[in-house]
Amino acid sequence: MLSSAFQMLRRAYAAALRLNSALEGQMLAILLAFAVGSLVMPLFTRQFGRNAFFIAAIVPTAAFVAALVEGPRILAGEAIVQSASWVDELAMSVSVRMDTLSWLLTLVVTGVGALVLIYCARYFRSDEDSLGRFAALLLAFAGAMYGLVLADDVYLLFIFWEATSVLSYLLIGHYTGKKTSRSAALQALLVTTFGGLVMFVGLVLLAVETGTSSLSAIIAAAPSDTLAVVAIMLVLVGALSKSAIFPFHFWLPAAMAAPTPVSAYLHAAAMVKAGIYLVARLAPGFAEIDGWHEVIIGLGVITMVLGGWNALKQHDLKLVLAYGTVSQLGFMLIVVGYGTRDAALAGAALLLAHALFKSTLFLAVGIIDHRAGTRDLRKLSGLGREAPVLAVITAAAIASMVGLPPTLGFVAKEAVFTALLADATAGSLFGWVALVGVALGSVLTVAYSARFLWGAFSRKPGVEACRSVNEHVDFLLAPALLATSGLALGLMASLVDGWLSGYSMAFPAGEESYHLALWHGLEPALAISALTLASGGVLFMARQRVAHIQKALGTGLSAAAAYNRSIRFIDRTAARTTSLTQRGSLPFYLGVILTVFTVTIGTTLMLNRTWTGELRLWDYPAQLAIAAVMIVAAVAATRAGKRFQAVVLVGVTGIGMSALFALQGAPDLALTQILVEVVTLVAFMLVLRRLPARLGHQHGTAHKGIRAVIGGSVGLLMAVVAVVALGARTELPISLEWAQLAFEEGHGRNIVNVALVDLRGWDTMGELSVIIAAATGVASLIFISGRGVDNLPTVARREAKKTARARLRRSSDPTTTDRGSWLLAGRTLADRNRSILLEVVVRLIFHPVIVVSLYLLLAGHNAPGGGFAGGLVAGMALVARYLAGGRHELGAAAPVDAGKLLGVGLVLAVGTAMVPLIFGADALTSSYFEWELGIFGELTFVTSTIFDIGVYLVVIGLVLDVLRSLGAEVDRQYEEDGVHENPVEKVASGERRATS
Amino acid sequence: MSVSLVLLVVMAALYASGIYLLLERSMTRVLLGFLLVGNATNLLILITAGKVGSAPIVADGVAPEDMTDPLPEALILTAIVITFGVSAFLMALIYRSWKLARQDNVQDDADDIALRTGTLLLPSDGSDTDSSDTEFGLRGEAAVSTAGELEVELEDAADNATSGADTSTDDGSAR
Repeated sequence: MLSSAFQMLRRAYAAALRLNSALEGQMLAILLAFAVGSLVMPLFTRQFGRNAFFIAAIVPTAAFVAALVEGPRILAGEAIVQSASWVDELAMSVSVRMDTLSWLLTLVVTGVGALVLIYCARYFRSDEDSLGRFAALLLAFAGAMYGLVLADDVYLLFIFWEATSVLSYLLIGHYTGKKTSRSAALQALLVTTFGGLVMFVGLVLLAVETGTSSLSAIIAAAPSDTLAVVAIMLVLVGALSKSAIFPFHFWLPAAMAAPTPVSAYLHAAAMVKAGIYLVARLAPGFAEIDGWHEVIIGLGVITMVLGGWNALKQHDLKLVLAYGTVSQLGFMLIVVGYGTRDAALAGAALLLAHALFKSTLFLAVGIIDHRAGTRDLRKLSGLGREAPVLAVITAAAIASMVGLPPTLGFVAKEAVFTALLADATAGSLFGWVALVGVALGSVLTVAYSARFLWGAFSRKPGVEACRSVNEHVDFLLAPALLATSGLALGLMASLVDGWLSGYSMAFPAGEESYHLALWHGLEPALAISALTLASGGVLFMARQRVAHIQKALGTGLSAAAAYNRSIRFIDRTAARTTSLTQRGSLPFYLGVILTVFTVTIGTTLMLNRTWTGELRLWDYPAQLAIAAVMIVAAVAATRAGKRFQAVVLVGVTGIGMSALFALQGAPDLALTQILVEVVTLVAFMLVLRRLPARLGHQHGTAHKGIRAVIGGSVGLLMAVVAVVALGARTELPISLEWAQLAFEEGHGRNIVNVALVDLRGWDTMGELSVIIAAATGVASLIFISGRGVDNLPTVARREAKKTARARLRRSSDPTTTDRGSWLLAGRTLADRNRSILLEVVVRLIFHPVIVVSLYLLLAGHNAPGGGFAGGLVAGMALVARYLAGGRHELGAAAPVDAGKLLGVGLVLAVGTAMVPLIFGADALTSSYFEWELGIFGELTFVTSTIFDIGVYLVVIGLVLDVLRSLGAEVDRQYEEDGVHENPVEKVASGERRATS
Repeated sequence: MSVSLVLLVVMAALYASGIYLLLERSMTRVLLGFLLVGNATNLLILITAGKVGSAPIVADGVAPEDMTDPLPEALILTAIVITFGVSAFLMALIYRSWKLARQDNVQDDADDIALRTGTLLLPSDGSDTDSSDTEFGLRGEAAVSTAGELEVELEDAADNATSGADTSTDDGSAR
């Protein structure tokens, strides 16, 4: 029995060893694990509820173990480096480096991270809102912190730095329903990203000056010229804002709107330590640079005293801790930035001690809130008796915070006093400032710590006592472990000294190096410690009087108010600028754009007087006549008062274009233009029948004259541009080679068509997508949902043919007077809307027109025509069917969905483009096939014809969509609205409403 | 390369009339202006093609130099069809606007006007009653009876020392 248990233990140990060796040196893999873990967390919370946090804790635990495994190598003074190439051109790489400082921070970040996640599993309820998001963000944050403390590339460091800012924004704002929560999150984000961006400039300067982006190499190079001073100051802005150092300190207390586990992790152990970490990282190289000591020690002392003073005022236990954290961050800044070997060692120990005791205290506050429903120390009474374990844990952490032996906090504080005292007595002014400041801050720390302990657990007369409640072991686990570590590490102070000395070795050695120990004998430092404890105690006892003094000293000045004022100023300026420039009027915007266009291009043309263009009067006399008609039509269109009139006038210019194209020698264009003009006119008619005949009187924001001036100057400018552009032309057009290319490569004689489907096929592909988007837009604007195939009452063809034939037979019978039908769905229209002439003509020409369209499509490769023209002709045939027989006839003529036509067309075009890729040729390469067919001559086929068929289908799809939407569906909606309603009346009332 | 003055004048006239219409508020006029500007631009591209020539179709005895430039023609061809697609879309917009609002006018943006006249209302949060000293309040396991109350009258209670400080807390604690 015993031996089998022993066996199991051995096997477990062996498994752990194997795991250890697997984790060794896998920092990048662990980073990846954080990312993946965070992505899948929402799945786990859905499955396991709050217990999913236990799963989340696995990742930081593994990272913690991996760091422990590296311990021996780190302690031997080795730095473990891992790197993957990233952007070689900018010398950026994903490189991580673990030395003593990073190792210490890694242990803190992952250890506390794992415990906080475990704590979360009991802090939240399983039905908490957006628990999955919270778990994912918290794990991602732990990963970002892990990367931040290990990154060796400054750009990588910056990315992790900003990632922690963004994640902290999301975590602080977890309670999205609360305004305080949201504004606190935004404040923290603005302050820390502002600092981060400033820091980024500094990092770039450093990287450029030293020629490397490796942090360790930059510190080794340690430049000290003016540029380096500026760069370091910029970097310090980032570090100070992140670590809530004066004057950026105000965001941290506000961030207490976050759930307490977030405060424990982000605002005690991890994120706010990032700035301290960076200062500690830079100190070996830059502590002697100009301005460093002034900034670090000056701001550190202010922050430490200010934070402690404010902590004494608070009633909310969490705010007491928050201001206490601000104070302690100032403390740590002074010590890690001080720049002597002893101070560096003390700083590392202090950082570790603070992470342990401060996260314990936050977690304890969370438990108190959980239990009593309040964190106000005026409402709490007698909790110590009801929750003795929690009280003991808290007391242990408080002991470490005030520096009572035998805690790690005591050891660290002794080291700090010794180091500062040594430097001060050696004649350093900064030593004295720091020493006095730290001593003063420590007195305040003792006072607010005692007040915290008293406020949370003591019995207060006149306040309702807490009810008894169970102390859950699993809930207490995390704070208990953290508090115990603080005690245990204090007892093992000499061991800790060995672990951390690897960092302080980077500083120049003094005469005699200090070593961390629990007992150094009766020394001056011990006396200072005792003095601060005693004074702090007195301050706590006299808390009533202190409060009165604080009230009397209240200045009303605060950094938070200044922040609010500047944010309000920015908001107001933005609103004013917006209201000045964004008038909300489309004609106004367009007018501004066109004016700027005219003025800038006009000025450029004036200044650059190389107008070499020559003019000729006309190419051929007919041009003059066409031009006159077009100009008259265009000008008349601007003055037309009726819609129909204006549309026809604009159509005349289009016909004029077509004539110009034809005479200029562009038959394809002439054909396409005239077809488009007709289809456009029909589409206009379809829409206009629902609009009032007269155009409205509301013209625009600007006066008529101004609009005329803008229009005239744009027209004139474009004419000048054309002359100058053509005059500047010196090279022969590239298209001279197209004739040969088209004939030999594209196997077609019509160069324009070959250009569209082969030489410049990609352009056409882009055009097809625009057309499809437009067609879909038309359909969705009219049908709103779906293309509405069901709205079109399609007549089954066979059925329709049968009835049509029967009617034809009947109509040939002279004894009946019933009007027959020439079309499939002919009799669905009301008699007064039917035209027998139209029906007959359409009946006769529909099929020939479709044949013509197919001819244009297939012949287009060698003669005028092609997919565009063919598609438009086919579309015209459909237009004719619709006009003659109404929407039922359209359904019978084209029983396919327009969307399917568009889709098939695009697939054909894309297929022609892609298939050559399969055969290893370039996309859109066309192939040529030739068959001898004996007496039928020869059949030739070019694959680009398939592309043209795609174009053909897309164009038909567009026309069909227009007909179905603006035609058939508008008919249906009109019928639905009630045919009997007088359209004139409706229009008139609408116009009244529009003008009123 | 010389330019035909007649074509230039037509182009300028089309641009001028088109822009004049584009700057109007009536959507139908805007669409007509769009069509005119489209025609003008096609004409501009045609002018860059240069001289008149035979159709760009390869045939025996026609040298490429005698043909019109096929490149601008290909550009214009696509432009014509796209113009039709876009104007169909605009027509659908006009119809929709008319059907919904009996409106054929481009209206000024309501938010911009509101911002200008200072009547822009920001959405209210409706949750200003957050209790700031707790996440749990009365949901706490053994909540004290005053949990969740914002202000406590504790002037006479145990902690006289800390009274009055709440008005002078600064540095963001009030946020």
